[in-house]
Amino acid sequence: MLHLARKAFFPANPPFPVLHIDTGWKFGEMIAFRDETARRFGLDLLVHTNKNGKARGINPITSGSSLHTAVMKTEALKQALDHYRFDAAFGGARRDEEKSRAKERIFSLRSAEHGWNPKKQRPELWRLYNTRLSLGESMRVFPLSNWTELDVWEYIAVEGIPVVPLYFAKRRPVVKRHDVWIMVDDERLPLKRGERPEMRLIRFRTLGCYPLTGAIESTAATPDDILDELRRSRWSERQGRLIDNDEEAAMERKKREGYF
Amino acid sequence: MAADGGTLVARRGKDLLRFLTCGSVDDGKSTLIGRLLYDCSLILDDQLVTLREESRRLGTTGDDIDFSLLLDGLEDERQQKITIDVAYRFFATRERAFAVADTPGHEQYTRNMATGASTCELAIILVDARKGVLPQTKRHAFITALLGIRHLVLAVNKMDLVGFDEHCFEEIATQFAAFAVGLGDLSVRVIPLSARSGDNVTTGSAHMPWYHGPTLLEHLHSIEVTAFGDELPFRFPVQWVNRPNSDFRGFSGTVVSGSVAPGDMVLVGSSGHSARVKEIVSFDGALARAAEGDAVTLTLDSEIDIARGDLLADPRDRPECVDQFAAHIIWLSEQPLVPSRSYLLKIGTRTVPATITALKYRIDVETLAQLADKTLGLNEIGFCNLATATPIAFDPYKANRHTGAFILIDRLTNETAGAGMIAFGLRRAGNIRWQALSVGREQRAVLKGQTPAVLWLTGLSGAGKSTIADLVEKQLLAMGLHTMLLDGDNLRHGLNRDLGFTDADRVENIRRAGEVAKLMTEAGLIVVSSFISPFRAERRMVRELTAPAPFFEIFVDTPLEECIRRDPKGLYAKATAGRIENFTGFDSPYEPPEAPEFRVVTTTAAPEAAAEHIVEGLRRRQII
Repeated sequence: MLHLARKAFFPANPPFPVLHIDTGWKFGEMIAFRDETARRFGLDLLVHTNKNGKARGINPITSGSSLHTAVMKTEALKQALDHYRFDAAFGGARRDEEKSRAKERIFSLRSAEHGWNPKKQRPELWRLYNTRLSLGESMRVFPLSNWTELDVWEYIAVEGIPVVPLYFAKRRPVVKRHDVWIMVDDERLPLKRGERPEMRLIRFRTLGCYPLTGAIESTAATPDDILDELRRSRWSERQGRLIDNDEEAAMERKKREGYF
Repeated sequence: MAADGGTLVARRGKDLLRFLTCGSVDDGKSTLIGRLLYDCSLILDDQLVTLREESRRLGTTGDDIDFSLLLDGLEDERQQKITIDVAYRFFATRERAFAVADTPGHEQYTRNMATGASTCELAIILVDARKGVLPQTKRHAFITALLGIRHLVLAVNKMDLVGFDEHCFEEIATQFAAFAVGLGDLSVRVIPLSARSGDNVTTGSAHMPWYHGPTLLEHLHSIEVTAFGDELPFRFPVQWVNRPNSDFRGFSGTVVSGSVAPGDMVLVGSSGHSARVKEIVSFDGALARAAEGDAVTLTLDSEIDIARGDLLADPRDRPECVDQFAAHIIWLSEQPLVPSRSYLLKIGTRTVPATITALKYRIDVETLAQLADKTLGLNEIGFCNLATATPIAFDPYKANRHTGAFILIDRLTNETAGAGMIAFGLRRAGNIRWQALSVGREQRAVLKGQTPAVLWLTGLSGAGKSTIADLVEKQLLAMGLHTMLLDGDNLRHGLNRDLGFTDADRVENIRRAGEVAKLMTEAGLIVVSSFISPFRAERRMVRELTAPAPFFEIFVDTPLEECIRRDPKGLYAKATAGRIENFTGFDSPYEPPEAPEFRVVTTTAAPEAAAEHIVEGLRRRQII
């Protein structure tokens, strides 16, 4: 999406800052990539962490994924949007990711409390987007709505876009939890008695908080390898995201509360 | 900037077909798509596991998979077992890539169906073989045809429940063919199938040897779709003026039809000025040509006035440019359309104030009959004349979907209230030219030695508007100023005597009063107007209409109870007795001003003090 924005505004720079909601539990490599990218393109990078949540000791391991996501992601995002008074925020969500996302608009209206009301969505006809806001309301904008995971990798391959190395297979230290591989990204992941990280050739299809994001065993080390793998894959992309499966309609509920 | 997905899929060497499924509730739309995906092995393993589990728990199909659960993603949909909102799916077979919009059958959500149809090339309309062609079937066929879809598939579903009976199928096909004749130039294919058991979806049916046509998937593979805009003239709505520094001025946007190359002349639709394309700038270097779908920045060889919203076009095949035109409108809001009310109209990248000047007729979508009506309600379709505040460049919708389509936005709620397709420009607009006059408003005002202005008193009936207006005018007159008083009641005896008190008539009443006030200010007068003018939208309309004359909204704030107590005209007594309909404050709403220039509270200030307050305020602002 950043690549598209840079193309769209060329030769000018994108006229907006970029915002990262840092839960404190993101992969180390992802943070390094974030900072390097911001430096390389001269981006105005804003990083926000929910300090209150951090002070309360909210974390994905002992607080549980629901509470952690609510406080450190959703709550943190709302804080940042309010603080900077953004009237619109772009997100990379796609309709093929999840069922309630399939129904979301490209210009998704959020209330003053950042909530999403799936029953009061503005119809989007042709390419005509109604961007008008009443006081306090804001927009979440999803330019990649109609892309599929395959489209994204096609595009990355064609355009040669640098991505976080975690998307490519490499031997990494992992433990098996709930039938998925969790990477031991730093010393904060408590190991159970007798549990020992093993080195496995893995990669990620999606990147969230590392203790909540499952890896897949894979040998795909380049975008072209990934394309081959995807065409043969029998599993959807968000299979590794533990937060979606908490309960049925989990994503819709999170979005009603203000999640991206 | 939102590159359409699927175009990428298409570039992998497969062409893309966008289609939608529609039909009545329970006709099995979601099931059909689910079946299509399943039979093409496009449902992934983890999705299938979840689906099997949910089918057991929530499904209505016994031990079989309930495919509708795959697409009905919203909680309410699962609970009510209906599709509420459009769901989009993207998939590809070996032969072709598809983008499918699954749209709701529930009547109250018809607007979502129109949404789905606006970007599709083919529509699958489902009917339940047991029920045949229903009003909703006709409605959907009409809407899809109206939105420019030229390929229809009538999928006669649930054939298993009528014993795969050929006669039953033929009857439905005949019935539909008779209706479709009225929809214009369409290709229609009727296919008997069972989404639940899979007959004629991706594989032929052993149960229906009498049917010799293609399966649904075979048909979808065979449809030839000429890309929209391939043969059309160049059109480029300017999205953004790109000025990174004083040396560079480019115009960014997406080519919606045709193509352009450096050296080509382009014309600005609204002004008629033209210039030559110097360069097609892109992130990947200068381009030799930009075609439909390409997002680029154009630089021109001469400095002509171009802003966001302008339409750049091929000068050899220009768009029309008028401020009055006729269009089909689909109403999408629960608030009915109000003729004469000012809405925002968005066409391409331009947004302008617009009003519906006449509702020529409403269309009964079941009979296609044209009916006289005063308004359009939710999901109704009409043919209207519209007027925009400034001329807009467009092509008729039939010629170009992207430059002939618009949406209407409610100015108060900001909701998308209507969707429109322009049929033709009204010649009237082209023929009535503004007469250039040699004496202008300034000269008339200078001669009178005053600043023309509008004082607009609004408030409930009996609030004291006329009394205060009268006192204000007396004071201004005493100061030697030239004034005119417009009184709502008085105007209703003459100019507006053909109008009643419905919302639509109230809006027209105020529009006329606004036009008169405008003429008076052009004559150099200070206009004191006294109208209930209950709606914010119309008060704003008058404010915009009478500009550049200063406009003062004066809220005569008297509580309803006090107006009832005073009841100077005995109207509240009648309203209470039920002898007056549409009475403001009773069964017709009053929307108080949010930021009036003056607010007078008549329960604490006498009319004389209120008038003094207003005159003093005008003096302070150096109007008088």
